[in-house]
Amino acid sequence: MSAGRRALVTGAGSGIGAACVDRLLAQGCRVAAVDLHAGDMAARAGELDAVHEVDVTDAAAVRAVDGIDEMDIVVQSAGVVGPNVPLLETPADEWERTLRVNVTGIFNVMQATLGGMVERGWGRVVNIASIAGKEGNPNLSAYSTSKGAVIAMTKSVAKELATTGVIVNSIAPAVIATPMNLATAPEVLDYMLAKVPMGRLGQPEEVAALVAWLCSEDCSFSTGACYDISGGRATY
Amino acid sequence: MTAGRKALVTGAGSGIGAACVDRFLADGHRVVGVDLRAGRMAERAGDLEAIVEVDVADAAAVNAIDGVDGIDIVVQCAAIAGPIGPLTEVSPTDWDRAMAVNVSGVVNVMRATLPGMVRRGWGRVVNIASIAGKEGNAHQAAYSASKGAVIALTKSVAKELATTGVLINAVAPTITDTPLLGPATQEMLDFMVSRVPMGRMCQPEEVAALVSWLCSEECSFSTGACFDITGGRATY
Repeated sequence: MSAGRRALVTGAGSGIGAACVDRLLAQGCRVAAVDLHAGDMAARAGELDAVHEVDVTDAAAVRAVDGIDEMDIVVQSAGVVGPNVPLLETPADEWERTLRVNVTGIFNVMQATLGGMVERGWGRVVNIASIAGKEGNPNLSAYSTSKGAVIAMTKSVAKELATTGVIVNSIAPAVIATPMNLATAPEVLDYMLAKVPMGRLGQPEEVAALVAWLCSEDCSFSTGACYDISGGRATY
Repeated sequence: MTAGRKALVTGAGSGIGAACVDRFLADGHRVVGVDLRAGRMAERAGDLEAIVEVDVADAAAVNAIDGVDGIDIVVQCAAIAGPIGPLTEVSPTDWDRAMAVNVSGVVNVMRATLPGMVRRGWGRVVNIASIAGKEGNAHQAAYSASKGAVIALTKSVAKELATTGVLINAVAPTITDTPLLGPATQEMLDFMVSRVPMGRMCQPEEVAALVSWLCSEECSFSTGACFDITGGRATY
């Protein structure tokens, strides 16, 4: 249903991003993959429209991505967990880096892509937020803050563009089995898993299935929303 | 993708229910249509597995539906707008009827269908709530209260069944182009549309597209959630 659309996926080298790449390819999209490490995307290079080694915090580099203005679909998975310590012990530079990747990165990619979508009157953007952005996970203040910002930014820009044909949503996964979570301390992971009524980790492919729907023609009257994929954890 | 499942749709005779019937038929399901008035389903009779004239508020009648224990997918659209006007002027009878249809009806159908789903280890339930259940619309106390109850009920049962393979979600549409709007004045309609950033009513087919996804294999890590389809209106 999204066949022939041009899609850009950030954080495309692993986890949710890689699953979204696979899924969008399976649906016939032409996919441009963006990641901090091009090597992570090597396995899929033959199927991709392009592989871009870009740090999404670098606005100029994002704007310089070839064909950036022609994207129909944008999925933003680039994100970092950031410091896994109490707020009082959070180093300022790590705080800033987390906010820059998880918030400014999303801002940069939307600034570079939305103009073309609005001009053509069709677009779908899915920003990967997190249940942490709704609830606030302890000892993950930078991550929680950044994901709350993603939810609010999504709502804001979605309302700006509500009548343009460009639909912007976020999703809030609970803990998903991705490399990003390998960096999370085991006791924090256990804490997160204990809060999931389904009692298991989500799989990246499950997230990609939701993302695929939100990027399809079937999604036409939902914008600015934060769709749940938390195994029953989310309270709102 | 979920072809061949047995689906039961309440309120199947019009509006969102009728659109869900059409969508499920197109998805390849066998569909049982339930409505207070069988006549409203007459034109789809040839395509339907069964037509059942039932008041969902009548638990015994719901339990007596032929094959109700063998249903895989349930979509609950049966609802009434209830009394319009200040709370102090709402008659207890009208209040009770709105709760009986919109809340007890949803309970009755879940009680009749969930055990079979749990036994077979697979099920999908979508309860149609409303943005009124999140925000509380003025002069629609009964409708708002009933839809808020549907959202909480969905969350509660979903957590109970989170590890059974049965997923239960709600969707919260804003003003949708259905016969439920019948009694509304043009002024009320204009006001409701003015609250929607997309600046238009939702079409029943758009809700059916979301429902179709929520009832598919694709939805596997979302349960107890309330999915937005409000054209950007919902704030949470």
